[in-house]
This record gives sequence, structure tokens and C-alpha cells, in this order.
Amino acid sequence: MCSLALFPAPLPAGQSTLCESNNELLSGGGSTEDRLKQESSPLSLYFPRESLKLHCRTESSSKAAFLDHSETLWMRSAAAWRDGGFTGLLDEITNSNTEVPKWMSVSSGFTLALIRWFSSFHGSLFPHLTMSSEDMLAEFSQVLNWSDCVVRAFAWHPHADKFALALLDDSIKIYNPKSATTPTLKHRLQKSVAAVQWKPLCASALAVACQNCLLVWHVDPCSLSTRPSSGCAQVLSQPGHSPITSISWSPSGSLLVSASPMDTAMMVWDVAAESCVPLQRVGGGGVTFLSWSPDGSHVLASTPSALFRVWETRMWTCERWPCVKGRCQSGCWSPDGSRLLFTVQGEAVIYALTFTDSPAGVPSCTSKGPQAASVVADLSETTFNTPGGDIIVGGEIQSLAWDSAGERLAVLLKGDPQEADRPAVIAVFKTRTNPVFELLPCGFVQGEAGAEARLIQFSPNFQHGALLTVCWSTGRITHVPFYFLSAGVPHFGLGGSPSLPRPQERPADFNQSLFTELAS
Amino acid sequence: MFSAEQSCWFVRKVICWRAVASIAWAVLLLPPITAVFVLLSRFSLLHPIQSVSECLSFLTSASAIFSFILLCGVIIMVGFLNLEYYTVIPTIACSKIALLGQLLHPRQFVNSLAHCIMGIIVAWCCAIAIGGRYETIAYPCTPGDGADSSHQMCLNELHFILLLAGAFVGLSHSMLGVIYNMNYVPFLTVQQYKYLRFKGSLPSLVKCSATQALYSVRNYIVVYFFLGYIPKAWICKTLNLHLNSSVHPLDSIAGLLDLNLLYQLWVSAGFLLLTWHVTLLLFRIFVTEVYSFPVQSSFTEDAHQCLPKVITGKQPMILKFLALQDLALLSQHSPLRRSEVFSLSQPGGHPHNWNAISKECLSLLNDLTQRLIAYHDTVATNGRAKSLPTGSERKTSSETSSTEDLMSPRPTFLMKTPASVFARSIVGTSQSPLTAPFTSPDPDSPFASPALRRLTAPADPWFGTVQSPHVMRRLPKLWSTPTDSQVNGSPPASPSSVPSPKQEPSKPSLLAQFLQNRKEQVKHFLAKRVLIMYLFNKLPEASSQALFADSQAHIWALEGLTYLVQASFSEDQFGVVQTALPSILGCMLVLQEAVDRHFKLPHASSKPVRSASSLGDSTHKTLRFALRATLKTAIYRITTTFGSHLSAVQMSAEHRKRLQQFLENKE
Repeated sequence: MCSLALFPAPLPAGQSTLCESNNELLSGGGSTEDRLKQESSPLSLYFPRESLKLHCRTESSSKAAFLDHSETLWMRSAAAWRDGGFTGLLDEITNSNTEVPKWMSVSSGFTLALIRWFSSFHGSLFPHLTMSSEDMLAEFSQVLNWSDCVVRAFAWHPHADKFALALLDDSIKIYNPKSATTPTLKHRLQKSVAAVQWKPLCASALAVACQNCLLVWHVDPCSLSTRPSSGCAQVLSQPGHSPITSISWSPSGSLLVSASPMDTAMMVWDVAAESCVPLQRVGGGGVTFLSWSPDGSHVLASTPSALFRVWETRMWTCERWPCVKGRCQSGCWSPDGSRLLFTVQGEAVIYALTFTDSPAGVPSCTSKGPQAASVVADLSETTFNTPGGDIIVGGEIQSLAWDSAGERLAVLLKGDPQEADRPAVIAVFKTRTNPVFELLPCGFVQGEAGAEARLIQFSPNFQHGALLTVCWSTGRITHVPFYFLSAGVPHFGLGGSPSLPRPQERPADFNQSLFTELAS
Repeated sequence: MFSAEQSCWFVRKVICWRAVASIAWAVLLLPPITAVFVLLSRFSLLHPIQSVSECLSFLTSASAIFSFILLCGVIIMVGFLNLEYYTVIPTIACSKIALLGQLLHPRQFVNSLAHCIMGIIVAWCCAIAIGGRYETIAYPCTPGDGADSSHQMCLNELHFILLLAGAFVGLSHSMLGVIYNMNYVPFLTVQQYKYLRFKGSLPSLVKCSATQALYSVRNYIVVYFFLGYIPKAWICKTLNLHLNSSVHPLDSIAGLLDLNLLYQLWVSAGFLLLTWHVTLLLFRIFVTEVYSFPVQSSFTEDAHQCLPKVITGKQPMILKFLALQDLALLSQHSPLRRSEVFSLSQPGGHPHNWNAISKECLSLLNDLTQRLIAYHDTVATNGRAKSLPTGSERKTSSETSSTEDLMSPRPTFLMKTPASVFARSIVGTSQSPLTAPFTSPDPDSPFASPALRRLTAPADPWFGTVQSPHVMRRLPKLWSTPTDSQVNGSPPASPSSVPSPKQEPSKPSLLAQFLQNRKEQVKHFLAKRVLIMYLFNKLPEASSQALFADSQAHIWALEGLTYLVQASFSEDQFGVVQTALPSILGCMLVLQEAVDRHFKLPHASSKPVRSASSLGDSTHKTLRFALRATLKTAIYRITTTFGSHLSAVQMSAEHRKRLQQFLENKE
């Protein structure tokens, strides 16, 4: 098993990680030329919080600005029915007890109490149901501290060199180094964006998970418009299916799945036809996080309870995986879709599940999955002695990201928000999937002083290794390249490949404590 | 029920058994649904336990068992009608008059009548189940009511209103089925096991049945209020019954405001619709289940059941659709079966499997391209003087028969509806009544779809002789000239005013000119009438929907083809796919261009209104969007797989330019 103790010590404060080259992470001391070098790259972006126009109030508070107007009971009841549904209507009737017959107000009050008691009972079974939708999004998002984060969602395009990012002010910007225009997407329904993802095998479609609906934008890459109209967006909504915390496209680009913690059904959308098939499984009380395996054969769906499911996508049956401690917080698939790494809330370890292909041609009902998950990495708290004093790193894991070649695994550790000296840290592992699965330590990725990592993602098409994009708490977005020669892909001496030596094997005494499948 | 030459092995061996299985399940589900219905109709809040025990004792009584047997018979009949009337290609009416034609078609009339009678039977069973004052149609009039009333029987209007309600709901179910294309069997993109699919759609089914029952009962009450006295008088006369004047007549406001009656009507209608909808849903689920065809067989007698053979066949549409679905799935999911597709024949070494499959898929796509181009040409040249179209281009649009003009308010262009893809088969062989029930009605019937008649045109003796210049020039601007204030006026119903094409094959005579003028006059006259305008106006986007009505087949063809091409990059040992790559790419790029052009037309890209809750599936309305998205994805699938290798593929400069857009992710 790989643990943090094997990692090289973190950099002293003020230093930030620039890249990996020759098998080690290079850092730049806060000197200005390093910073300039990094910032001159066209894709490094900076969004100061002050530059964003934020909504200073919620919409319901505007009610207080208007004078109270006395309406008839019928009008008020109708309004209550429209705004608050059945409970709103009952509430209205109970409150206006001077106007309605006594038996009516009493009985509606009684019904209301009964409903509240019942829903509190339901809420005690699934505590997340009592949260407000903003809290829920923050709780289940893959972004650390989502509600306060300037960049709320980020997505690289799977084929082209461009990315989309959602900002705190509910706008989405699309950056393309080859084009001068950066389209900004705004829509009336685009609120509290929890996730964005580009449609695979398509240049233009971008799915956005919003508070109340799912938007699919069609942004023409050749268009020079900087503000595509809201007519370019398809609105997909289903009653009861909100807020949406996670979305995932199938790698073949034909289907989109969406998840909401409030809805026990996971929706499989045929986006072009705007139709959806709900896949309902009651256990768990909702779906929080979805991840489609790169080969398209499985979907990971985690629930707010200590349970997650792995769906196979041919006949849409699922395997239940109960966890011991908490819910599944994050997960990622190996590029060939055979291995799933996931983390559980409350534990500082990474688990792995291996899926072997069922015999070809035999129509198997369920995928022949593994019997139990194995622990592949332990990220519990570790103290490093550095010249600047002891540094404690480790703890719970916020999210995982695996690059498309399967060579680098980035882990975002939550840190401890209460203690100033334990910020969120990104730990990067070298991974190898063939012939046996191996995890080797690579190092920590750190940003400039005072910046905490919030969101990590690997670029899916970086030629010279892996490119990790990090969104920092300061509103800065940087890209950390990892230069290496991929072991799995044969290279034909292309001019663009870096002339760096292959990663050397570590000394033998180092090797025995690392995780390999053979050893465990 | 099938004659020997019409019945295909697939229909005999698979579809029939699937239908039987679905009916069996529907019958098995009948007892619980009936029990719930009896409970709902007999439950009283004041005596809950007593009413439950009454229900139980009723359910075991002889009359209950008899009515249950009747209900089973109805379900079997409904299942049989489903089997007889289903279609995999929706029939899309392009105007109100075409819809009316569909509704009044003799085949549909039989269907409506059957549903009406079954509705009465179900309602009678409901009346038995509800019991009490609903149970019998007649009761002895109370003494003192009339002079000699002791032997007279009076009509129980409650029972009667229930029976009529059953008939009405059955009729409206059948009519709505036509309007919402309920006989269309949609294929879902998400494959699920039958049980899970049924379970997943059951809640929405119950909800939709209850809502539809509510609307039907509302409409029924309105109708009964105004017209109820007619059947009432008739039945009294026929059965020699009397009306009891001491009770309120039910076709009055006071009589209809009986809450218990309304509730019973609603529950009965809901029960009726639910059982029928369950039957329909089960039928759809069973019929659209994936069927795995063998790619190749070692025995020659099974060769006709193999995928390459089946996919090229035209006759039962369901067979072709299932074969294409199987192709799309095998190309995605099973490497073993893919390798069979890529394999070479044992003596000779020809890739017969791949050739047959790719050829069929490409011909399907080419057909769609031709159809789109023809449509676009017709629309684009509308109302403008255009040089005479060549005969070969428009040979199938050679319809000038009077009925055609009379019934078809649509622009007459080549290959209007998708059935044309299968024209060869329809012309060549006789049609099976099972597989093409709505798409191929009797071509001679006045209500037959014009497109179909056009399909059968080659068999027509007039075929090929009717391309008079006048007729041809008139064609494009006949129905939707913009200057004509969007009036797609129709020729009058008098056949004499229409020039018979037989009379003037080559040179227009004076008489014909005269008739032509008269016809135009009458058309203008009619165009000013509001009702005619209403009936003959083209529904927006309906022609676009009709154009893509069978696009599910094209979607599968695209998916199957491109997944196979993608897999061939690593799996194709003999390079059988490479030879076809230029033609595949060319075909898809041409189609892409045609689709792009089509979506620039008005109404083509407007989204249909999403119907709230009805069992009629609306996926056929969005098929064109699905096709467009699939096509783009399909081209990207090839470009991302092959990347720069595609520069070695032979193609025209225009296609290369277009492909370059895809390679640069700019489409």
C-alpha cells in the first residue's frame, strides 16, 4: 500500500509547483520571472472575486420590498398553491383562521402537523433531504467549499483544446487558445451550476447541471458571437429531479445521465429527443455523484447513504456496494474501464475495484464484478519535517482525477479548514495499470502562498504526458504539466514527443512498501 | 390468420409468440387490477371493514367469475387488435383532412367499433362489480307509479349510463389512438429487462389512465347531457321498458350532479383504460425486445435467418427494425459477433457479411439523402417558375389522379413518406396485413395515404405516361404558394373538373385548358372558405416529421456502421472495411449536408410541444433531431478514431474540406 510517508516533503511556503520533468516535480520559488512564465501561458486565467457581479440577495427576499396587499382568501390560496404546493396551501388556510370556518383551519393545521411529522421521520432516515438545495450542492459537489468558490465547475473538451468554466456569478465562459472570442453563456435558468461537461464526439454541445434543470448549450465553435442567445440552450427538466449535482455523458456521446440527491431515480437522457428514462432504485435516498467509465460499459452512481452502485450500461442493471463508514465521495475510472478507484467520506484511503470483462458474446446479466474492494493507498495524516518546521498533510479526500493515459492520479485532500496551517493539498501518484496495478508517489502540487486548491481536472488530450488543471481559491486557474513518456502507448519517434528518459524504477527497498496487486 | 406466402418465419416464430406472451401477462395482471377496482368502487368510509368483507365475498361469487372471464376475453381481443394494428413507422397526418381520413378509414372504423363493443362489455362487468343500484338494466316499477305498473319493468338509467360510458370511453380511446399514434411501437435507446421496464413505466401508466379517464368522463357527461335522450328512448323502445317518472332523469343537471355516479364513472373508465393500457404497454415491451440474429450460420437452411439476409429484406418492417437494432447493439457491445462480420467466407474469401450489411446501411442512408434533396427542391422552387424537372427525377411524383389531388393537400414531391424506402417490397410482394397495417392500407381506398398510393404507382398502368408538362409545372406551386395567402386550397370534389391524365398524355387540348381554368377558379373559390382552409392547411412541421418518420432505422444504420468502422481500426484483420471507407464517409457527408439544409427550412428546427401525459409516444416527433445528432456523432466517431489516417482516403475535394472541419472539431 502506498502512503503519504513515501512522498517527498512538501515545498516550503511561497514556492509553487511548476511541472514534472525528468521524473521530479520542479518548483518555482516565488520569483517574479517564474510567475510571469506561468502566467504568460494563454490558458492561465485569473478571476478576482471583486470582478464578478454577485447576486447580493436571494429572490425570495424581494417579497419584503412590496407593500402588503390584502387579497381575498381565494386569491391567496391560489397563490399559496402555486408557490408552495399543497403544504403552502395548508399553511395559508391555517394562518387565515379568522376567515375560514373553524373546522377547516383546525383540520388543515392537523394535516400540516401530520405531514411535517412524517417528513421529519423521512428526513431522519435520509438527513440530506432536510438541507436547502444550496447546501446540498455544496455538500455533494466535487469542488471543495463549492458555495464560496469562484470557479464552480470546470470542464475540458474531450477532443479539442478548449474548456468551459462556471463562475460564481452563474455565467459560463468558454476558452479556446486558438480563438480570440470567449463566449459567455448566461441563461435565466442557469443558477448554482454544480457541474459542466462537454459532449463527447461533438464539438459544440455542453451540458450544464443547474439548480432546477439541465441545460445543454450548443455553442458553434466557428461563431464569433460572445454572448450566444438562450435559444442555443436546450432545457431538460423533470419534476422532482432537482437540484442536479452531477452529470455524465456516455463516452459514445449518445446518452447523458443526471443525478439529484432529492430523487431516487437517475435520469438517462436522450438529449436530442429530449426524452428521459428514469432508473429508479429506492435504497440510498438519492444519487449524488456519477461517473461513466471511459469504455462506456459502467457507470458509478453514489448515494447520500453509505451505499453506491455500479451500473452496467448494456441492460442497465446495477450492483450494490454498501460501504462501512460513509458515502462514496468521489471516484474515477481507469482509461480501459476495468478499474474503479473511489474514496469514502470519513476515511483517508483510496479503494479499488476491478471489473473483468465478461466472456465476449455471452449475454451476461450482470457484469462479473469483484467481491470486495481493496485498499490501494493510505492518505492518513503524516508529519513531514522540513526546515521551515513540521508540516502535517493528509486526511479526508475531496476528489480524484486520473489522466486519460492512466499514468498520473491526482488526489485533492480536504485539509482542515479550522487550522490555518493545514490547507487543502493535491497529492499526485504515478500509476501503472499493466501488467499489474501500481501506485507510486510522485509529489505534492502546491500553489502560490495563500491559495488553496478547489478543483482538479486532467486535460484529456495533452500530447507530452499529463496536464493537470487546478482552480485555486484565489480565483486563479493554473495548469501543471507532467512530462513523461507514456509506457502504454507506443511512440513512433514523433517530433513532438519530449526527449525525457523513461521513469526509472525506484530502489528495491522502496518498492516493497508500495502497492501492487501482487503483494496485496 | 396469415396465408402461407405472407407469413414470414419471423412473424410466425417470434412476433406471434411475443404477442401471446404479452397477452398472457396482461391476463395474469387482470385479477389484481380487478380486485383493486372492486375495492375502490365498493369501499365506503363509514363501514370500512364491512365493505372489505363484502368485496371478498363478491370476488368469490359466480357472477364475479363470469364477468372476470368476459374481461379476460376483452383483454385477449385488445391484445389481438394491438398485434393487428401496430406499426413501427408512425403515420403522420400532414393536415386536418388527412387526419380525418385516417379516422374514417374502414380499417380504423372496425377498430373503433371493436373498442366500442368491448367498452360496453367492460362497463357491464363494472356494473356487476359495483353492484347495488347499478347492477341491472331494468327493475320493476314501484306500484302506484302507473296504473298497471305491477308487471312493468322500468329502465335503470344508472346502469344504462354506465354502459354508454364504456362505449364512449372505448371509442375515444380508439380515436385518440389515431391522433396520438398510439399504435406506433417506439424503440427505446436504453435497453432494460422487461420486468424493470414494466415496473418503471407503471406509475406513469396509472397516472395517465386516471387523467385520461377524467377527461373522457367529462366529455361523456357533456355529450350525455345534450344527446342522452336519443339512446335512452331507443333502448326503452327496443326492450319495452318504461321510464320511471319518480326518479330524476339523468340527462339533467340535477341528475348528473350525483357525486357517487361521477365517482363510479371515473373509476370504471380508469379501470377500463388501465387494463387496455397495460396490455398495450406489455405488447410494446415484448415486441421491441432485442432479438439476437446469428451473423452467419453453418447450415444453409438457416441462412435466411442470419443478419446479413434479414437486414436486406423488406417485408415485415418489424423484422428489419429488429435486425438493425441488433446490428447497432452488436457493433457496440460484442467483439465476438463483430469478428464474424469482419470474417471472410470459407471458400472464396469474400467478406459477404460485411458487404451485405454495409451495402444495406448505405442504401438506407442514400434513400434518406435522396428524399431530403427532393423535398428541399420542391420547397425551394415553390411558387417560382422553374425549368421543367426531368422525368427521372420526379417519376414517382406522377400522381395526378383525381383522388390524389382531392385527398392530398401536401406538396407533391418525390418520396414523401418513409414508406418509399420500402417501395420495392410493397410493389413486388403482397403486403402482410400484420406488419404494415397502417402504413399500407388498401391503395384503392379513398382514404389511403397518398404517399402509399404513390408507392404503388409503378404498378399502375398509367405510370410513366402522365408527365405532361402542364401537370409537372403545376406541381410545385399547387399547395403552398406563399402568395396564395397560405391557402392550400383543394380542387373541388367534382372529378369532372380534374383533367384525367389518361386523356392528355402529351399535348394539352383546348378542353383540358378549359378544365384547368375551371379548376383554378373553383380552387380560389374554396380557398376563401374558412372551414376548407382549416381542413386543408398544412400542419406546421408535420411534413418534416413525416419525412423523418422512419429515421429510427437510419439512426441504427448510422450507429451500426460507424461502430463497426471504429472497431475495424483494431479488429479488422483482413481490411474488409477499408475498401468501403470512402463510400461510407462520402455517404455520411452528403447526408450531413442534406440534413443541414433541411434544418434551415422554416418549421424544421422548431421543437414540438411536449405532450404532458398520454400513452401515445411522442418520440417520433423528435426523430429528426435524434438523427441529426447521431449523424454528427457518427462522423466524429470516425474522424477521432482514424485521425490523420483519413487523409489517405480517396474523396472529392469538397468532401475533404468538409471532413477537415470535423477533424478540427469545428462542426
